[in-house]
Amino acid sequence: MTESTSAEQFGSSRVKRGLAEMLKGGVIMDVVTAAQARIAEDAGAVAVMALERVPADIRSQGGVARMSDPDLIDSIIAEVNIPVMAKARIGHFVEAQILEVLGVDYIDESEVLSPADYMNHIDKWNFTIPFVCGATNLGEALRRINEGAAMIRSKGEAGTGDVSEATKHIRTINGEIKRLTSMSRDELYVAAKELQAPYELVAEIATTGKLPVVLFTAGGVATPADAAMMMQLGADGVFVGSGVFKSGNPEQRAAAIVKAVTFYDDAKVIAEVSRGLGEAMVGINVSDIPAPHRLATRGW
Amino acid sequence: MLALQGDFREHAQVLRELGANVALVRRPEELLQVDGLVIPGGESSVMDKLARTFGLAEPLRAAIRGGLPVYGTCAGLIMLADTILDGMNGQQSLGGLDIAVRRNAFGSQTASFETDLDIAALGDKPVHAVFIRAPVVETVGPLATALATLDDGRCVAVEQGNLLGTSFHPEITGEYRFHQYFLRKLVAAAR
Repeated sequence: MTESTSAEQFGSSRVKRGLAEMLKGGVIMDVVTAAQARIAEDAGAVAVMALERVPADIRSQGGVARMSDPDLIDSIIAEVNIPVMAKARIGHFVEAQILEVLGVDYIDESEVLSPADYMNHIDKWNFTIPFVCGATNLGEALRRINEGAAMIRSKGEAGTGDVSEATKHIRTINGEIKRLTSMSRDELYVAAKELQAPYELVAEIATTGKLPVVLFTAGGVATPADAAMMMQLGADGVFVGSGVFKSGNPEQRAAAIVKAVTFYDDAKVIAEVSRGLGEAMVGINVSDIPAPHRLATRGW
Repeated sequence: MLALQGDFREHAQVLRELGANVALVRRPEELLQVDGLVIPGGESSVMDKLARTFGLAEPLRAAIRGGLPVYGTCAGLIMLADTILDGMNGQQSLGGLDIAVRRNAFGSQTASFETDLDIAALGDKPVHAVFIRAPVVETVGPLATALATLDDGRCVAVEQGNLLGTSFHPEITGEYRFHQYFLRKLVAAAR
């Protein structure tokens, strides 16, 4: 946290979490070039996520995936007016320091990149810039919030176009939250132990019935229907990675997903925007990916 | 409550706690059922695109011209401004407030902040205000009135007749006085 000489306070939890609140009901799109960022903004993305390669390419090309080149990030910031997010490797606090200096709006400490630390995540309280982190279950989400994450996204399995893992993770997180709300206090102590999460956070959720930060969903969303399903399952918004720019008609598909998220509960609108989108990304079934190659299991 | 995108749930919660009957507006026919409208924080360019695509922009403009009370926060303030500075290519506002608003006037998220503001219209207790990639009102035209300014003199809250706009987000700080102020306008207009 930093404080200026006046009464203005920067980098507080409220300010960090607040930006995520403003993104709700929106779609955040992965982009690897300024040209893609332009397409995303024109299609109605609420923010863009800058990264070196989209998950589908990381998956097919292999190798170590890292933070993007600062030149690329600068060019994306210069291209668009909407918030720009960028990915740092799990535990790579220097990549995070660089992204903060570059003036991005949000850092994604992401399992899609190769982890830089298999023990520790970044101490996110040290930064003025807010962080979003992935989670497959409530315990993981609360550990990230405890480390200072200001937004959570359920993980899914990035770069597959297979939405089944995203479905599983958002259902798991919301199911575990529901269970906490029905527990008595003595049970909450045990729940905190089992979730491997701080008791204070667990007790807070048991009272409020929701995470203290915004919950988006990510990983495998490829169609307007996928996005709307995530919203109906209780996501506050949706990240789309490879699903847009690995499809036949990115402009139209991106715009269709934006509309489907706003009208997520209106099947007529979703049907209408789903027409004639051309080819969706080809995709891989998660069950065909050997366990060591799954990205969602990175992070703990 | 305009519910195309943004933090409309937080606004709805505050309005309900103040005893208002809240409906979400995403379609032109839903606009006909409301006596007043809140445009939430969010991404103004996305709200603009969705409002135009789904045929809501023109009915909204007509309703504002017809005196519908509207309160906009952050992106909502941008939507209500007659002039947008630093908008996207082709970004349109609904207009109504005789002001020019600069979008994202403070810079990237690391420049977002919270502070206390003295606002005479709301009483002696300062308003705790959260600015998130916030706009500022750069020009206040003769028809609009500035309600609040930062220490450096930049205007961050305005009203004009039945319209109210703030650069900041009372809906996420437990500050209810703006919504109360707005509901009084709404009740007066309904009479």
